[in-house]
Amino acid sequence: MQSGLRGLIDESVTIIREVAAEFERPVMLFSGGKDSVVMLHLAVRAFSPARVPFPVMHVDTGHNFPEVIEFRDRAVTELGVQLIVASVQASIDAGRVQDAVGPRASRNPLQTVTLLDAIAEHRFDAVFGGARRDEERARAKERVYSFRDSFGQWDPKTQRPELWGLYNGRHRSGEHFRVFPLSNWTELDIWRFVQQDDVALPSIYFAHERRVFRRDGMWMAESPFLAPEVGESVTTQTVRFRTVGDATCTAAIESSATSLEQIIAETAAARVTERGATRADDRISEAGMEDRKKQGYF
Amino acid sequence: MEKLRFATVGSVDDGKSTLIGRLLYDSKSIFEDQLEHIESVSKRRGDDYVDLSLLTDGLRAEREQGITIDVAWRYFATPRRSFIIADCPGHIQYTRNMITGASNVDLAIVLVDARTGVVEQTRRHSLLVSLLGVPHLVICVNKMDLVGYSQEVFECIRDEFGAFAARLSLRDVTFLPISALAGDNVVTRSANMSWFEGSTLLHHLENVYTGSDNNRIDARFPVQYVIRPQRTDTHDYRGYAGRVAGGVFRVGDDVMVLPSGLTTRIVGIDTPDGPATEAEPGRAVTLLLADDLSITRGDMICRPNNRPRQSQELEAMLCWMDDAAPLTVGKIYSIKHTTKVARVRINEVLYRLDISTLHREPATSGLNFNEIGRATLHTTTPLFFDDYHRNRSTGSFILVDESSGQTCAAGMLLSPRT
Repeated sequence: MQSGLRGLIDESVTIIREVAAEFERPVMLFSGGKDSVVMLHLAVRAFSPARVPFPVMHVDTGHNFPEVIEFRDRAVTELGVQLIVASVQASIDAGRVQDAVGPRASRNPLQTVTLLDAIAEHRFDAVFGGARRDEERARAKERVYSFRDSFGQWDPKTQRPELWGLYNGRHRSGEHFRVFPLSNWTELDIWRFVQQDDVALPSIYFAHERRVFRRDGMWMAESPFLAPEVGESVTTQTVRFRTVGDATCTAAIESSATSLEQIIAETAAARVTERGATRADDRISEAGMEDRKKQGYF
Repeated sequence: MEKLRFATVGSVDDGKSTLIGRLLYDSKSIFEDQLEHIESVSKRRGDDYVDLSLLTDGLRAEREQGITIDVAWRYFATPRRSFIIADCPGHIQYTRNMITGASNVDLAIVLVDARTGVVEQTRRHSLLVSLLGVPHLVICVNKMDLVGYSQEVFECIRDEFGAFAARLSLRDVTFLPISALAGDNVVTRSANMSWFEGSTLLHHLENVYTGSDNNRIDARFPVQYVIRPQRTDTHDYRGYAGRVAGGVFRVGDDVMVLPSGLTTRIVGIDTPDGPATEAEPGRAVTLLLADDLSITRGDMICRPNNRPRQSQELEAMLCWMDDAAPLTVGKIYSIKHTTKVARVRINEVLYRLDISTLHREPATSGLNFNEIGRATLHTTTPLFFDDYHRNRSTGSFILVDESSGQTCAAGMLLSPRT
């Protein structure tokens, strides 16, 4: 057992069980990204040998890395959980949102509408997310049980105090909670768990050759959803992804790390945060994440 | 070694943010993009120096007002140990948030300005640390550079604090003379204070022993969730999941289930890493029992000869946290204690504690936001509990306002006054 991981695992498992015991209709967000994979593995252990007593849900922008979707489908089958796909394309088709257009269009912000619609449609009252407090400064302020009003909004000024391990999930119909079992994990903790427990991850986390182009100081992957603009030239580089999200706003990093040992060494020595290195969506403004979270984002 | 969770308490004026910045910076835990970000914000605001508080003050309102409103969690690691910091606001109007941050930690750091010594805020913070039963307290006498690194000043503050602390129940108090700004005794030993023979702050944090902080004597297991697989291959499996709240449970132990009082034996322990022969405090496990008893969430598993108290009449210190509604005597609230939820009426507020002077004042009308007092309560169903100072898990509870849903009080159970 890696030093320090045991306490985190115990805390996360306890949170997941507490939600299953207290809420009527929980759901766990699952994108196939490393944090959600670790979270789902912890859920499996929390209820073993019984099955995980809630479904998982992917908010799908339609702009995915194919390796990740393939992985997602394989993982839910192997772990024996039910997958719900909430589609941004369906929200667009239904006229709930307008597709993003223009040269730098990303469906990333549209996910909020799709997510909130899916929560309302399925009447979910607790939504597990894999967010960690070390990722971003607004997330560093968020509770484990994070209250959302009937508009799905987060109000950072009226967060309920969270004492000891006593979580308050009281809510009215139409309101819900976002619950973050990995709140106290760091990026390095995630990788150490993946190594220790031999957790399978999408291949794009490991170094591979990919056609990429430089934008805003980041390596963006060429894909059917993202094309270089004039002056951006595509080259083949050895890269890997530190985070996995929508293909239009997730960047790769230059890396030759093909094994978990190498990734852990690289992560421990990293001088830039994972979101800082790879997420175009956080660069909107100083409070980009806070503002999106207030509207109901992950 | 397990992670150390610690709280830093104080305001910007005490140099708290500088201290955290120093710990993060000197342990190479600040990333380049974070540093770039705060440098550019500081520059844009026209600050003379890089404001390290921007690292922890994550909310728009906090950056606008230049204050810490809510607890921020920070993470850093050295080769010896990894740390979780609950960075708590120090101003009196944020007592609620300080309690939130300090309820979960192994250690608290309270900052004292060497120029002013022990002030009202120091006493208030120390009282809350004592009340919350934080096992280890470090008093950092900061800004030693501004008092000429004087041994006399340091010792005077230590003695002054000692006189006050004698009235508190603090188990382990360490005093350190530091300068967060200049870096003395934070990560590296100070060349300016050769008279000080203790360790640096980081060395202390890396080595403080927390293994004996948990109660390992009184076995307590609040049942959180019953695991009954509806699968043919594990048809007979019935496990009781939860987190060990005290003592050590071993396969073969005779146990008693409350409230039924029935006894049985542990035949297996499942953990997130597979089967185990024992479970220590804090571990999330599933207990398998020899007999098929009726056990549900909220029940308590203990040892037959060491049971928690069982009562509907409670006496507790309450920290009132609802800014929208004061404590109302006679009103009914929802109570959450371990894995049990019940309803409760507050019968009487015995006194209100002046958190600066420790004086007890009459409080017949109730308690207002951020006030602390001792009260008697009556629950709809018996709870199984211990004194808070004996067990932080089975001795704590929260009150929830049934109409607003707000967490309106933190409660610490006490033995009734005789």
